[in-house]
Amino acid sequence: MATDVATPVLRVEGITKRFPGVLANDNVSFDLAPGEIHALLGENGAGKSTLMNVIYGLYQPDEGEIYINGNKVQIEDPNDALAHGIGMVHQHFMLVPVMTVTENLMLGHETTRGLPLGSLSRVDRRRVSREIGELAEQYGLTVDPSAYVRDLSVGEEQRVEIVKALYRGAEVLILDEPTAVLTPQEAEDLFEVMHSLVRQGKSIIFITHKLKEVLKIADRISVLRDGRVVGSTTPAESSEAELAAMMVGREVLLRVEKGPAQPGEEVLVVENLQVLDAREQMAVRGVSFSVREGEILGVAGVQGNGQAELAEALSGLRAPSGGQITLQGYDISSARPRVITEHGTAHVPEDRHKHGLVLSYPIDDNLVLQTYYQAPFANGLNINPKAVQDNARRLVKEFDVRTPSIETHAGSLSGGNQQKVIVARELSRPIRLLLANQPTRGLDVGSIEFIHRRIVEVRDSGVAVLLISAELDEITSLSDRIAVMYAGRIVATLDAAAADRETLGLLMAGAHVEGVSETPPEPEPA
Amino acid sequence: MDVDFFVGLLSLALVKATPLAFGAMCGMLCERSGVINIGIEGMMLLGAMMAFLGSIFFDNLTGGTLPQIVSLGVGLLVAMLSAGLISLLHAWLSIHHKIDQIISGTVINLLAVGITNFTANAYIDPNHLVGLGVFPSIDIPLLSKIPVVGRIFFMHQPLTYIMLILAFGLQFALFNTPWGLRTLAVGEHPRAADTVGIDVLRTRYVNVTLGGVVAGMGGAFLVLESVGRFQKLMTTGRGFIALAALVFGKWTSIGALGSALLFGFAEALGVRLQLGDVNQLRALFLLSGIGVLALGLIWAILKAARGEKETRSPGLISGTVALGGILIVIAALVPFRAVTIPIQFLGLLPYVLTILVLAGFVGRAVPPAADGVPYEKQ
Repeated sequence: MATDVATPVLRVEGITKRFPGVLANDNVSFDLAPGEIHALLGENGAGKSTLMNVIYGLYQPDEGEIYINGNKVQIEDPNDALAHGIGMVHQHFMLVPVMTVTENLMLGHETTRGLPLGSLSRVDRRRVSREIGELAEQYGLTVDPSAYVRDLSVGEEQRVEIVKALYRGAEVLILDEPTAVLTPQEAEDLFEVMHSLVRQGKSIIFITHKLKEVLKIADRISVLRDGRVVGSTTPAESSEAELAAMMVGREVLLRVEKGPAQPGEEVLVVENLQVLDAREQMAVRGVSFSVREGEILGVAGVQGNGQAELAEALSGLRAPSGGQITLQGYDISSARPRVITEHGTAHVPEDRHKHGLVLSYPIDDNLVLQTYYQAPFANGLNINPKAVQDNARRLVKEFDVRTPSIETHAGSLSGGNQQKVIVARELSRPIRLLLANQPTRGLDVGSIEFIHRRIVEVRDSGVAVLLISAELDEITSLSDRIAVMYAGRIVATLDAAAADRETLGLLMAGAHVEGVSETPPEPEPA
Repeated sequence: MDVDFFVGLLSLALVKATPLAFGAMCGMLCERSGVINIGIEGMMLLGAMMAFLGSIFFDNLTGGTLPQIVSLGVGLLVAMLSAGLISLLHAWLSIHHKIDQIISGTVINLLAVGITNFTANAYIDPNHLVGLGVFPSIDIPLLSKIPVVGRIFFMHQPLTYIMLILAFGLQFALFNTPWGLRTLAVGEHPRAADTVGIDVLRTRYVNVTLGGVVAGMGGAFLVLESVGRFQKLMTTGRGFIALAALVFGKWTSIGALGSALLFGFAEALGVRLQLGDVNQLRALFLLSGIGVLALGLIWAILKAARGEKETRSPGLISGTVALGGILIVIAALVPFRAVTIPIQFLGLLPYVLTILVLAGFVGRAVPPAADGVPYEKQ
């Protein structure tokens, strides 16, 4: 074990942190050896971020001690943490969009030149920008010091955050869910950077709930559940299933069990659909497919290849510029969302905050967003609060939404529970078509398992399911047929049994694959 | 209409723009740090009264032994201090107590009206207090000798110079000093500022209070450089026009100064045309022609500098330039009858023109992202 070799560069002993009603960290101990990547694994709400915020000085622990290189330290605020060589890359980037990379990096401890006027002296952009350039080169990170942060991609912003921590002299880097916002390729690049950092003596705490990544990159793994450390292991001694069970506290099915599809009548027929995006560019360029009852059609593709616009057109949020959408024989090409909903479409939208929930409404109201005007929730102009509450109590129980009460605002739930509220609402209505767009993005394994099981259940009850996802695992484990979207077109439709990850990956990247038909094969009706 | 007419007009525009620019800079200091301030009007009003009372009291206290200008200076300081204090109240309400900042600003406005009207009714009017006069005009040596420019910019009273220095100084400071970068960060992404050890709440307190001090100078201007005494409600909405200038100036002090000059020019034109010594219709045509022409040219230069090639812009730009030219030609050739336009309309027209031009041509202004959002430390 690395702990035998050298004094841990960072060690915490018995950290306890309470919030009103929650014990976020319960006597947590944790250490980090020099030059090590130590993964901290846990579900959303397990206390990973709380622990890191304690180490970074954003929270004060109620109990417990922090040691740096064997010396006990007090970390009152982020300045202390930075002074002790601890840098943190937050899950939501802490960069000011209207400022340049250089300005963001010097913020809080600016280098100045000219007259010494304190906080009114002139900042030395040129010198800082040169220092950033040297630092970035040393660790193989490409950043443009004079670029404005608002113009950067997510991956670039993350590199800037890492350079920012290094620029402050960080020896210990805390990466909080760094891959949650990255494409698979960007994640690979990040792993390269992490390797380069530990080679040059830095130590990294890598927070995540993605099992594959942990096994791939970590030297050591600690698992947090309900605020406690429930185990420590190494990738060599562990497996995905074992880690998942440790995280969730029970056996988890990483792959959904499902029987063969029993496709019936066509429910959704899309013919030569064309959709413009917000900038009036053609985003969906003539797409045709159909979804039958009792089958899951997965739409795979790298984000930004027209899937978002396709989903918006199908749910009535964006009018198509051409083609036809038929739902059970009705032309719904330009129908309003309510008409489409009333025809039996359930929609789990991509952005649960923007299109899925009214965050400032309580859960019970969120659960009747499409049905509040119908019996039993309404009687003419009156809402029947009792019916709304009964409905909420029933669904919260059935879908295992963890919430203090049904009056809790949707905005204060965790991501997984928010998604469960949406799924509960959509699946509790009589539906013929389920349109699920990135249904498990950002969720932990327990919630993913739950939602996947529900999707298979509605399929088996005869609902047609259109699943749009950028996660290949999700597509391959759930779909009966897979359509690959690239540059606004469906470039291939494959039988799920015949599709392997490599072929899909190539197709998603726009490559032409021998032997894969360009025309969608239609399944035999049952 | 000769050079003297234009020089007089522009010089007056700068004077009229001074309180607006002070008010707009107050708004900039507050809003750049993330606190909306619609209480500028009240801060200026209180500043105006306190400048008046402060100078008189100091004069009485010293028995008139000191030169008048010292008493006026003390009045200015009292105005800055009192407006700073009432701004501190705004900061306390909106930062500490997280009261809706529009409500808090309205509280400031109503409070200032109440205090000043009460004081005027109960004390100033019954005692027939008369002001000590105004700051003398100072000609800047050498610079004021420059033809035309010297008479427009360098023959003013002190607060106008202070306003100009402050506008350029703040512009530099906001984008080039540690204080400025921290203020921007706090107004755009306070959490990010917090994670690098910047005290968000303290930064906001300091900026809002300083903003009040600047608004106090704007109020003091009305008494100490313009009217010479306090009148009830004498700010007449200048605090709100300053807010408009801030938005039109895209939350920068140079932009705000430019917008204030446009509004100031509008006011100055109304005042100047009242004298009745020029053909009002011709003057209006000529000036709007010059304005439109200048706008078109500036627009074209900016486009060229940015290297943008949008399809519809060349037509619009040349159309604007052509319209400006036509207006000037009309002004030069058409023998306008000498009519007397009611002063209300003279005041109105340039405002309408300004708003149309800015609304149509400047593009959408984006306020600081965290403007008006109280900061919660998680």
